[in-house]
Amino acid sequence: MSAVLIAVFVLLALGLVFGILLGYSSIRFKVQGNPLADQVDSLLPQTQCGQCSYPGCRPYAEAIVNGEAINKCPPGGMSTIEALADLLDVEALPLDAEHGEEQVQAIAYIREDECIGCTKCIQACPVDAILGAAKQMHTVIESECTGCDLCVEPCPVDCIDMIPIETTLNTWQWPSPKPGIELIATDRTPGIARGGDA
Amino acid sequence: MNVKVHSFHGGIHPPENKKQSTGAPIGMAPLPKRIILPLQQHIGLPADAVVKKGERVLKGQLVAEAIGRISANIHASTSGTVVSVDHHAVPHISGMSADCIIIEADGEDEWISHQGLNDYTSLPKPELIEYIRKAGVAGMGGAGFPTDVKLHLGDDHIVNTLIINAAECEPYITADDMLMRERAEEILGGIEIISHLLKPLHIMVGIEDNKPQAIRALHAALDKSELNLDIVIIPTKYPSGGEKQLIKLLTGVEVPGGKIPADVGIVCQNVGTTTAVHRAVKHGEPLISRIVTISGAATAHPQNLEARIGTPFAELLDHCGVKRELMHRLVVGGPMMGITVDNEQIPMIKTTNCLIAGNAQELPPQPHAQSCIRCGMCEQVCPAELLPQQLHWFAKGREFEKAKHHNLFDCIECGACSYVCPSNIPLVQYYRFAKAEIRQEDAEQRKADHARIRFEARQERLEREKTEKEERRKIRAAEAARNQAAKKDAAVAKSATPAAADAPLDLKQLKTNAAVARTKLKKAEKALSNAQAKGLDGVDTLQDTVRQLQTKSDTAQQAYEQAQQAPAPVATVDIKQLKTNAAVARTKLKKAEKILAAAQESGDGDIAELQASVTQLAAKSATAEKAFKDADAGTGDTAPAQPAVDLEALKADAEAIKAKVDKAEKAWKAAVESGSPAADKMAAGVDKLKAKQAEAEQQYQQALASAQVQQPAVSAARLDELKADAAAIKAKVAKAKKAWKFAVESGSPAADKMAAGVDKLKAKQAEAEQEYQQALASTQALQPAATINLDELKADAEAIKAKVDKAEKAWKAAIESGSPAADKMAAGVDKLKSKQAEAEQEYQQALASTKPQQLAADSAAESDNGPAAVTLVDMKELKQQVSIMRTKLKKAEKQLEESAAGSDTSTLTTEIEQLKQRHAEAKATFDAAEADKIAAAAQQGIDLKQLKIDAALARAAVTKAERALSKADDNVNVSELEQSLVVAKQQADNLNITLERFSE
Repeated sequence: MSAVLIAVFVLLALGLVFGILLGYSSIRFKVQGNPLADQVDSLLPQTQCGQCSYPGCRPYAEAIVNGEAINKCPPGGMSTIEALADLLDVEALPLDAEHGEEQVQAIAYIREDECIGCTKCIQACPVDAILGAAKQMHTVIESECTGCDLCVEPCPVDCIDMIPIETTLNTWQWPSPKPGIELIATDRTPGIARGGDA
Repeated sequence: MNVKVHSFHGGIHPPENKKQSTGAPIGMAPLPKRIILPLQQHIGLPADAVVKKGERVLKGQLVAEAIGRISANIHASTSGTVVSVDHHAVPHISGMSADCIIIEADGEDEWISHQGLNDYTSLPKPELIEYIRKAGVAGMGGAGFPTDVKLHLGDDHIVNTLIINAAECEPYITADDMLMRERAEEILGGIEIISHLLKPLHIMVGIEDNKPQAIRALHAALDKSELNLDIVIIPTKYPSGGEKQLIKLLTGVEVPGGKIPADVGIVCQNVGTTTAVHRAVKHGEPLISRIVTISGAATAHPQNLEARIGTPFAELLDHCGVKRELMHRLVVGGPMMGITVDNEQIPMIKTTNCLIAGNAQELPPQPHAQSCIRCGMCEQVCPAELLPQQLHWFAKGREFEKAKHHNLFDCIECGACSYVCPSNIPLVQYYRFAKAEIRQEDAEQRKADHARIRFEARQERLEREKTEKEERRKIRAAEAARNQAAKKDAAVAKSATPAAADAPLDLKQLKTNAAVARTKLKKAEKALSNAQAKGLDGVDTLQDTVRQLQTKSDTAQQAYEQAQQAPAPVATVDIKQLKTNAAVARTKLKKAEKILAAAQESGDGDIAELQASVTQLAAKSATAEKAFKDADAGTGDTAPAQPAVDLEALKADAEAIKAKVDKAEKAWKAAVESGSPAADKMAAGVDKLKAKQAEAEQQYQQALASAQVQQPAVSAARLDELKADAAAIKAKVAKAKKAWKFAVESGSPAADKMAAGVDKLKAKQAEAEQEYQQALASTQALQPAATINLDELKADAEAIKAKVDKAEKAWKAAIESGSPAADKMAAGVDKLKSKQAEAEQEYQQALASTKPQQLAADSAAESDNGPAAVTLVDMKELKQQVSIMRTKLKKAEKQLEESAAGSDTSTLTTEIEQLKQRHAEAKATFDAAEADKIAAAAQQGIDLKQLKIDAALARAAVTKAERALSKADDNVNVSELEQSLVVAKQQADNLNITLERFSE
């Protein structure tokens, strides 16, 4: 009998100790913010273009965490959708055409002769990539431009162009190899010598 | 010293095909017609062109300068003229073109003056490295890494081993082999310089055992040299020439993934690079040429050529007799790692070590890839000990993260796996693709992170600006509130006592409140009945509202009634007035009788009408007489025995005298202005007249004071009520009419019914009006000279006001002069103020209660001559009077100010006070008349006040427009402004006309 009581008391004591421990750590080590939203945000392209109908990438990330569709980011395109699907363990949907199509990456360019210095594009730029002052010519800091397109619309003189980023030798990429004809072994054409066999 | 040769994993033994090109010594490539120098021939940033189109350059002249740390200078490889700096095809797997400096060779091949260093050891190391950098030396093994960067490795790394890569493991290529055979001294010279810079403990030259002649040559050269180095012969195996593989072979050390050899104390240099370094230092020659192997089955004379950098492939191929009809593919570099190009105009660059013009058997097209059979042969040959098969799957499935975890980036892309793959899968291409994708993703991620930081910084900034703005606004608002409060406090202090006068309820206000409450209640009731009839929701709430409104209305009414009872005017019967009335009626009757008699005599005119009017007047006269007698009898005992002074007459006298005085004054002034000699006399006359006026006025005032009479209290209240009723009914009629009109317009079927309702209401109105008129008529007989009472009250109020003003002035003066009596004075001022407020209130009340009667009496008295309702005082005249009074007042005040220093200010002050009084009087009359006007206009559905405001606004718009126009004389928009001005004028005119029509 006493053995049973001892066991019960020991287990109770253990439960109490661990309960206190867990309770304390849940307060002490409480995770600030929403880590999932952070993760989703880090996958988004951060163009801050608002094409998803949210005012920036972070709000969209939070909306995704709250159940918004993952296929509303045209700048991110399919790769972002796949990454998001992978992260959230949901099915990768095709890009929602309603929010725009995946376009070639571009950056804004201000035709400086035509700029009247109205600062409207500066106010529109979500990443402060446009330099200029009132009545002074404005220019886009190329390396900071995300190509979000938001500066084009407010320009009263229409002097902003979106110029696709040109591929240079340094940005050129190896293409994916074209998948060959997956023949079965017996279909293999005999007599095709291999390079270097000569 | 014998060095133990280690081994690396995997490797293959492809056919060497090196013998073809080693038969002939290094030949000199012909001078090309054109030199094409790509700005990027190395790893890192492209160089920046420093020559312009049309410029003549010499051999060895700098044409493009290195930008940044990892970059290399580019020099002209022959003398000539710069044709252009433009896009041109370059040896790159993408087949893209890039910026190149194109030089038209002049054939002279004229060197720029150059001189080597006699004793490079005397130079500080950084300067020596800079010297090498200026020569544009870049790794010539294949990657083209700027050599100076590698020579700087000694600065921050402990370099104990220098390895010279002479393995040259790829098939076909013999450039290094031939270089070693023919220029071993140069190689050793280069090694000497490099070892001087890096100070390694151990120098090793790794060379494959398939180059015995080169080994011999090196040994021979080494014998003559003081260099202490080991020539290590390694077994021939591809890819032993790979940097990491060679290090493993020679030292047994494995360079960890993601690190450079210098991290383990080893630096590798290619033999070709050592020659370039030697030439740069010893002869001052920049890197403008290199040894290139031309080989392949389609080549008639495979050999090595020393060719100028920038020579198009076509010239080299022609020189070696490449048969184009046999050539199937042109490969730049080795068969394992080289690239296929299809443009023979592509120039050779610093890293071009071999050109293979292969025929179809030699370099067949890539057979179709088949499925991986998981044979594992790729794993067997991988020199980096990776799992090529796994990497292939990951790359194919775009699982780049996993590929990365399988050390994709340790792959040296040697192609051994592809070589052995029985399914002909282009494995290396998969890895390159995967690497590129990962790199791009990383770059995008970096950019995204950067953008995010900037975005968040911006958001934060905007937020901060917003809060700052808000704070500023708050501060401003607080300041404004403080100012306002201070102002208010001052105002409160000023009007502390008069505020008490507000305490008694304003009768008028109460009445309005009651009426408003009633209207609201009725509306709510209507809505309720409507809702009930239609069975709409919210009946309960409506009922509640109605109940609430009912109580409110009741309270308002009650309050009004109470208030009405309390200050009931203490009207008294004015016997004198009655007497006067009777007399007037008598006079009128007599006049009418006279006219009648005259008419009867002459026999013309409407005698009957005249007779009727006479009878009427007679009746009136009789009533007036009777009323007088009644009153006289009623008050006979208490009636004061006073001389029957005709107040009106007195007043008229006073007015007449005043007019005379005014006239005389005017004349006098005119005389003074014109310098007439009669001015003096006139002044005397004016003075006399003034005295007379004062007398008359005094008389009048006295009479006024003595004529204290009582007024019947009940009749006034009753009359008021009746009038209010009539007005209410009138308003109802107007409303009903409006509703009816609306119904008619909208074609509602209820229009007929409404019309009937309107008629009914009209009948009611007529009834009420009649009643009112009757009451008015009945009280008219007893009508006291309310005006007298009023006037008196007004005079009292004015006098008190004047006193208050004086007292205040005195008080202020006392305060300013710091008099101790100021406190007492303040108390006195307050007392006076309260008195003033009282008097004013009294006056207002009296005015409110008597005005209707007065007006009605006026109209009744004149009812014989015209329609009673429309008789109204001539507004214009009244207004004029008011303005005349104002002007006089101002004049007098000015005079006072001017003579303030002088002696006799008291008379002026009294005069001013009088004038003030009169002005106030005139204004009150005018205001009353105007109020009536407004009421009359309101009957016609036009709010006179509103109209006036509109007119004023329109006038203001006109002035504004005019001002804008005058200001904008040089502006372009004058026509527009003019147009707007015209429009504004039109509007103002229209409104003015309407206003005039109603105020006439």
